[in-house]
Amino acid sequence: MQSIIHIVLVVVQLALLLTLSPFVVGLIRKVKARLQCRRGASLFQPYADLAKLFRKQPVISSTTSWIFTAAPYIVFASTVAAGLLMPVFVSHTPLNFAGNIIALVYLLALGTFFLILAGLDAGSAFGGMGSSREAIVATLAEPAMMLSILSIALTAGSTNLSTIVHQSALMEGVVVAPPAHLMALAALFIVTLAETGRVPVDNPATHLELTMIHEAMLLEYSGRYLALMEWAAGIKLLVFMTLIVNVFAPWGIATSLAPSAIAVGLLVYLGKVAALALVIGVIESMFAKLRLFRVPEMLGAAFILSLLALVFFYTLKG
Amino acid sequence: MTALLSVLLVWYLLGGLLPLCTTRPHLQNLFAHGCAAAAGVVGIVLGVAGLLSTAPLTLSLASNIPHLTFAIRLDPLAAFFVLTISLVGVAASIYASGYVEEFSGRVSVGLLGSLLNGFLLSMTLVVLADNGFFFLILWEVMSLLSYVLVVTEHEKPGVREAGLFYLIMTHVGTAFIILTLLIFSQETGSFSFEAFRHPDQQLPEGLRSIAFFTALIGFGAKAGIVPLHVWLPYAHPAAPSHISALMSGVMIKTAIYGLIRVYFDFMGGVFPWWWGFTLLVAGTVSALLGVMYALMEHDLKGLLAFHSVENIGIILLGIGAGMIFHTYGLHELAALGLLAGLYHTINHAAFKALLFLGAGALQFSTHTRHIEEYGGLLRRMPWTGAFFLIGAVSIAALPPTNGFVSEWLVFQSLFLSFQLPTLFLKLMLPIAAAMLALTGALALACFAKAFGMSFLAQPRSAHARHATEVPWSMRVGMGFLAGLCIVLGLAPMLVVPLLDRVTAPLTGAAISSQVLALDGWVVAPVTVEFSSISTPVLAMLLVGAGALGLLIARLCGKGLRARYYKTWGCGLNLTPRMEYTATGFAQPIKQVFETIYQPTVKLEQEFLEQSKYFIKHQRFESHIEPVFEKYLYWPVVTLLLATADRLRIIQAGSLHLYLTYIFVTLVLLLLWAG
Repeated sequence: MQSIIHIVLVVVQLALLLTLSPFVVGLIRKVKARLQCRRGASLFQPYADLAKLFRKQPVISSTTSWIFTAAPYIVFASTVAAGLLMPVFVSHTPLNFAGNIIALVYLLALGTFFLILAGLDAGSAFGGMGSSREAIVATLAEPAMMLSILSIALTAGSTNLSTIVHQSALMEGVVVAPPAHLMALAALFIVTLAETGRVPVDNPATHLELTMIHEAMLLEYSGRYLALMEWAAGIKLLVFMTLIVNVFAPWGIATSLAPSAIAVGLLVYLGKVAALALVIGVIESMFAKLRLFRVPEMLGAAFILSLLALVFFYTLKG
Repeated sequence: MTALLSVLLVWYLLGGLLPLCTTRPHLQNLFAHGCAAAAGVVGIVLGVAGLLSTAPLTLSLASNIPHLTFAIRLDPLAAFFVLTISLVGVAASIYASGYVEEFSGRVSVGLLGSLLNGFLLSMTLVVLADNGFFFLILWEVMSLLSYVLVVTEHEKPGVREAGLFYLIMTHVGTAFIILTLLIFSQETGSFSFEAFRHPDQQLPEGLRSIAFFTALIGFGAKAGIVPLHVWLPYAHPAAPSHISALMSGVMIKTAIYGLIRVYFDFMGGVFPWWWGFTLLVAGTVSALLGVMYALMEHDLKGLLAFHSVENIGIILLGIGAGMIFHTYGLHELAALGLLAGLYHTINHAAFKALLFLGAGALQFSTHTRHIEEYGGLLRRMPWTGAFFLIGAVSIAALPPTNGFVSEWLVFQSLFLSFQLPTLFLKLMLPIAAAMLALTGALALACFAKAFGMSFLAQPRSAHARHATEVPWSMRVGMGFLAGLCIVLGLAPMLVVPLLDRVTAPLTGAAISSQVLALDGWVVAPVTVEFSSISTPVLAMLLVGAGALGLLIARLCGKGLRARYYKTWGCGLNLTPRMEYTATGFAQPIKQVFETIYQPTVKLEQEFLEQSKYFIKHQRFESHIEPVFEKYLYWPVVTLLLATADRLRIIQAGSLHLYLTYIFVTLVLLLLWAG
């Protein structure tokens, strides 16, 4: 019985990640459109885009190798696998044992690795440029991410995501060292913007060769391969957003498997993700994209914030 | 086990002698590499047997020379290193049987093969030796044989200089190792390791600290700890690739063996916290600088050599954390740190040897080592490419490969620092973890560069365009190591219990049952509550999610076949010159870490006479400052040369003067003796 419930939970989580991610992308676009006084496309436009792309005949560059066609599947698989390791609307996720937060970070890195390779494979200068930029952004985001995670993990006494979320949910968000958590939140938020290719690091809407990072790597993709890449990018965004809302605002998440708790957990989760999407949309509208060599400064600030979070954690706790 | 050891010796000796008895190259090849592979297989069995046996095997043969006994001791620590050396030895030998074709006609295949056997044997015996003198003799034999192998192609430019540099550095190291052993023998009155590790004969406090530093410098020079790493990027590229694989994969690990032997065994694991902290700092600096210099290196083997510096750093992070925990009596965590370091040792041996063999295969097919001249090789060399990719994913520590498991364990031992009593260390270990995260991310960028520039897109030179797949023997050698990387990653339940047998006697805590939960499916750092991973499950998740993606694409795509068309080149025909170069790829990183690289740029432009807006001719040069060579090594060399110049006064070339020196010395000696 227990194992059936676990399998059902994993399947529901998988379905939620797959179906919700295009909606989040659509929601952020809508928020930006409204702030620019445009009506904007429908909230469900990303679904239509994906469906269209899946049905189109892909064109593959004749200079590429098998890496080019395998990469979309690997990127998709690594992002989905990372999404299954974390709690979404139930604090106890069945696959928790398979990987902690570091495994999640490294699974996403696996996707980044193949994304960079895919960008290089077509042999166009655009892809190489995107790959090179992705490499530096991903590199600089990593230490800040690791330290901010650690300062959260220390409060819960665990680096297992379920335990972290469960512990802080039981404490009803009463955190041991609030300044530490706020700083870690700020650091992780900056990392999220960088890792998921949002303004001010990258502009997901651009196709101007001098500014794009993620889009440059995907430039040669079309059809189902592009669909998988776009979908994976959406899921990655959702993974980071889920991480933020569940770790820093775990209120309402189902801490037991009672149907009512799960229903509440699901609704609250959707609400929190929508709120965060709103915040991201507003930030994207307020800021201009940074010059590439300004990005290290921003990520350096994130690193310092996460380091301070750690210092505060130890000093305030006594 | 004595029988196994004798068989191992016999195979290596046969492999050393038989190739010299015949002049026919293919027989020489067969004898040398066949014997080495056979000895390696015996070594693997011996290593596993040594790890599983309850009591260490000791053998001793007395000699006429005072203090020297040919003593051998196969304890779990030695057995682990025998296993590591033999695993890489087998792969390198099989690979070499095809690879030496590259040298036929230029270098004697028999001599090369014979030296290979000697090198493998000396490394195996170094970790088995149980007597100070015997150890030093073997250490020296190992260093000299590797020097001779490095200068195999001495007619090529730069190879002799690289060899000489290596020879000098390794002897500086040896001098410090001799000093360490002398300190021990001074106190114990013996050169036997048995006496060194005897608990009643521990060194006094001051001497212990001196021995700590001499051992660190001595073994550090061999391991390539920053700033003693400068010889690696010269010597490793100069050597034939299977030798580079052995040097980088296992020879530098004998230094790790030496450090563990001295600190945990001889010193009985009693040391102040700052010893572990020193290793931690050395490890962090080595890891970070190693990978940073690797990113700027475009000689594929030089790049791999810098990555050895990085990985030695990661190993030291594990061992250093272990030592810190050990000081504070946290024995289980000490065992965890040490275990993480050792796990990374065998992992690095597997993937670094694999990558060096892959680099050798590229050199075999293209006759160049320069990344900028590769490109498009995955379509021309699919097997080599696939194996190199496995190595690259492993060294970048991406799940579910072996590098991920050991780096994860190192992370955990650094994170568990919250159990330490001092705030300073509580903060320092997580910072080391953050630097390790940066290292891991840079390694990812570096191998994306190395693999992407070498194997993807269009060939950038005629060499690469005409490359073909290497012979099967080389593919088997690489395939063996690639398989090993996967097994070590997916089956930690096989590796951890063996490693536990090494760390348990050294730290006094057996942690195998705690590290492995759920019948070994889950790896956890002592406590499952703190964290856990399961690489088999992660692999299944990846395969499952990938299959799901494939299924969705199939169902929605209705079997539409892809169309092939050339890459968009802005309306021009795409040429390899339009591709991003390795230099261009690494440029943002160079700019961001300017302070470390100190790049210098030289731009010479010649303009048309009519207008300064039209460039007739231009020349661009960019270098990064070899900081350590310029500010640390050159001053020392200059000082040495200057001193030698001054001292030439006493060497006046007059026989009378020399006779006076002898007379004065004699008188002084007599006075001193009287």
